[in-house]
Formats: sequence, C-alpha cells, structure tokens
Amino acid sequence: MDKVVITVVGKDGVGIIAKVCNYLASNNVNILDISQTITGGFFNMMMVVDPENSSKDIKTISEELKQIGEEIGVVIQAQDEKIFDIMHRI
Amino acid sequence: MINLNEVFETNKMIHEMNLDVRTITIGISLLDCVGSTLEEVKENVYNKITTVAKDLVKTGKDIEKEFGIPIVNKRISITPISLVGGTVCRTPDDFVELAKVLDKAAKTVGVNFLGGYSALVSKGMTKADELLIRSIPKALAETDFVCSSVNVGSTKTGINMDAVKLIGEVIKETAELTKDNQCLGCAKFVVFCNAPDDNPFMAGAFHGVTEADAVINVGVSGPGVVKRAIEKVRGENFEVLCETIKKTAFKITRVGQLVAKEASKRLGIPFGIIDLSLAPTPAAGDSVGEILEEIGLEYAGAPGTTAALAMLNDQVKKGGVMASSYVGGLSGAFIPVSEDQRMIDAVNAGALTLEKLEAMTCVCSVGLDMIAIPGKTKAATIAGLIADEMALGMINQKTTAVRVIPAIGKDVGDQVEFGGLLGYAPIMPVNEFSCDDFVNRGGRIPAPIHSFKN
Repeated sequence: MDKVVITVVGKDGVGIIAKVCNYLASNNVNILDISQTITGGFFNMMMVVDPENSSKDIKTISEELKQIGEEIGVVIQAQDEKIFDIMHRI
Repeated sequence: MINLNEVFETNKMIHEMNLDVRTITIGISLLDCVGSTLEEVKENVYNKITTVAKDLVKTGKDIEKEFGIPIVNKRISITPISLVGGTVCRTPDDFVELAKVLDKAAKTVGVNFLGGYSALVSKGMTKADELLIRSIPKALAETDFVCSSVNVGSTKTGINMDAVKLIGEVIKETAELTKDNQCLGCAKFVVFCNAPDDNPFMAGAFHGVTEADAVINVGVSGPGVVKRAIEKVRGENFEVLCETIKKTAFKITRVGQLVAKEASKRLGIPFGIIDLSLAPTPAAGDSVGEILEEIGLEYAGAPGTTAALAMLNDQVKKGGVMASSYVGGLSGAFIPVSEDQRMIDAVNAGALTLEKLEAMTCVCSVGLDMIAIPGKTKAATIAGLIADEMALGMINQKTTAVRVIPAIGKDVGDQVEFGGLLGYAPIMPVNEFSCDDFVNRGGRIPAPIHSFKN
C-alpha cells in the first residue's frame, strides 16, 4: 500500500500528537517521519506513515482521524502521499 | 521525502484557492449499439452506458477521499448520436426518444451531465444529421442531463452555412421551449468549429469516431490558484509573471494527471487526455476575470485584455504540457460570462462587450460562452454571430464555439439566473443591424487557403 501523509492543523494544545499516535499505534500504522511547527499559536504537523500492516484502508483511517480531530478541535487529514509527490517532484 | 511546506502548499491550494479536478469524463463509443429498430437501439445504448460507466461515480468519490482532492463532476461523453440513431430514426421525435434514454442512463449511473447528443456537419448534413439538429430543442426541453453540440465548420472543410442558419433557428426554439426554466436548454447546447474529439467539458463533450471503445478524459481547473500565485509577483515584469503562471499550471496539471491515471487503473479503461483548462465557477476566488485584473487590468475588457489573455493561455499550456504526456480537449482559459463573477461584474460595469469577447476568443479556448442576449434577437442575427465565431476558428486553425442564451421576454438591463455552476448572466446588447441576406444565401463557405498567412 502507498504511504499516507497525515496533516494536523489547529490551535495548539496538550496531547494532540499523543492522541494521533495512540490511534495509529492501536491500528498498527507505522510512523516514518514527523515534522511540526507552531506559528502564531497555530499548530501545523505532518506525519508520513506506512499503513501496510494495518487492517484498515486509507479511506477508513482518513474518516476516523477526521473524527478524532473534531473531538479535540483540530483539522486532521490523511491523504495518499502520491498527490504531494506528483505535484512537487519531477 | 516530501516536506512540511510542500504538503501545506498543496492543501492550501485545495482548501483556500479552490483547486479541484473539474471533471472525470468517460468517453463511450456507441457505434456497436446500432440496431435494426429504434427499440433495439434504445436498449443497446442504455445497456452499454450503464455497464461501462457503472462504477464511475463511486471510483471518483474514492479517489477524492484517498487523495483529499475534490472531483467536482463525473460525466459521460458518447459517440455523436446522429451516427448511432441514423439508421432507425425517421423523425425528430425518434431522436428525442433516444435523448430520453440517454437521460435515464445518466440518472442511473449518477453522473451530472452526458454529452454527445451531437452531429458533425462541417461540410454537409445527412438526413439523419438534419433530423437530429431539428430535434435538439425538444430533446433539451424534455431531458435534464443531456448536452448537445453540433460541429458546423473546420479549417479543412470551411463552414456549412446551411447548418449555421438552421442552428440560429434551433437556438431560438430551444429558448422558447425552456422559457419557463430560464431558457436553460440553450445552456446545454454549443455550436463548434474544429470541435475536438476528446473534450471532457460540457456542454460540448462528445466521444469522437477516432477514439477507442472507452476512454478516460480529465479536465483540471484552478483559476484561484493562478490568481493567488501571481498576487505574489505584483508589479514584476512579464518574464517573472510568465514563469509564475507556468509553474502553477504545471502543479495543477500534475494533480489532474494523477487522478486520470488512478481512475483509468481502477476502472480498467485507458487514459485518454488531460484537458488543461482554467475553468472558472461563480464562487469567489475561482475566476479568470480576476486573473486578468491581477495581471493589471481594471476590468476584463479594458484595452490590453486580449494580450493579457493570450499570454495567460499560452503560459498555462506551456506549464501544462510538461506535466502530462497526453494533452487534448479544449486546453486553455475559459471565458464564460455567467460562470465567472468578475466577468459578470465587468459586463455590468460596461467594460466588457460582446465584440471584445469575440476578440478574446481569438486567443483562448473556447468561444462566446454562456452569454445571455435579448430574447427578441432574431434567429438570423444569432446565425450571424455564430458565422463570425466559426470564421475565427476556421482561419486561425483553432476550436471556437458559441453558447448563447436568448432570454425570452427579457432585454438589456435584466438578468437570467441558472443556478449552480452555470451561475447568472446579465443580458448583453447585440448589434441589431441586419445580416439576413448574408445568412439566407445558403451553401458553404470554402475552406481557407493554408498559405499567405497575414
């Protein structure tokens, strides 16, 4: 399966990364890379993950993460990495 | 590996600048649906469309979710129906029966438009072509999703003026038959010169006879992304401006290429082309008019507009062709009036006239598009407008088209509301001097000479 890019955008707070990582761990999704910045109190995080050993497909992961985001007041998106690769790499 | 800034740049384009894939269009050949009775053809056509396109909408939605990119429309284009129904349709009403079957098939598979209720008559009309053309007003009035087009000219054949005259009457009649519904029938009909076989955009999409059995064509968009990119180079010279547009067009097109490849793989249908078009919508920040303003014009229509549009169109193509191996369709900037808020504003401000729009169509795709004209405009005058636009296409070896809406019972100062992606349009004045004797001559304008280009 392709790698998935997870982005988290929203107001900074305690436990955002923990919440996302917990979800990924419990669904057997391996994290390959994490980077984040905070600008003007806004939290921007990006993770590259490998869902190959997960029982869930990218659509389900995307929907469930979106829901978690709504619970903690941030916007979480999971997208197939290809869309970024194709736009920014020749 | 991809970095944070690149990821956020892409997502910003999608969420803040209206980047989307405008349409995935499946082209379906109906040549094998020909039968010996009308009933048989109807059944074959319905079965073929609902079989080939049955997973289109679901696949589109899956791709949308997995890549996080909106795919606004899922559509179907078919073989020009005059070729499919020619042997069994004896009256215009027989063709209308076929149109209803197409509408039903479109509704069954859940697409929002089906194009190809068409005839190709650039040199002459067969009896079937003529019956089909005469059936267009009723077909468009009695269906919801069927789109129609007629190719009346080409650089190689000249212009079929008999067809042009007939189309003038057809447009008037279509407006009359749909006058209780904002004359909407006319928004679903377009007349072409040099019509492409692989255009994924409506209302002019059809599946040309040079195409394979089924094919996936994708139309990308993104005027908002171009506008935001060139905001950053305000005041810079043309070299910088052009570079910026090219790079942006490249990125937009790559997304289209990805979606097209994925759709093709999942549906098991070959990938045809990407149509690199800047297709505006009435939404704020999704406008070609706004790009022209950002380039430095007070309104679209001001002196300099044709040059600005020529430059924009060329840079979009230059950036786009690098991003996809197969580019086709209309590929360029669209300048529909009703679908672009800043074009509407330009008309209302008095900056943009029909004549300036005609000049603009010389340098971009595709033509006089979604323009509302007074309901009293004569059929011969509409034919004259069409002839002018076709001549531009014929001489300049490019596609040109006309999609005008005579708003029955309305005049300059009023407006027509279509709703949704079709937007609304202020009624524009049309030159009322007569061209009746010109249109009534009949016959054909010969193909132009291909040398001595001045």
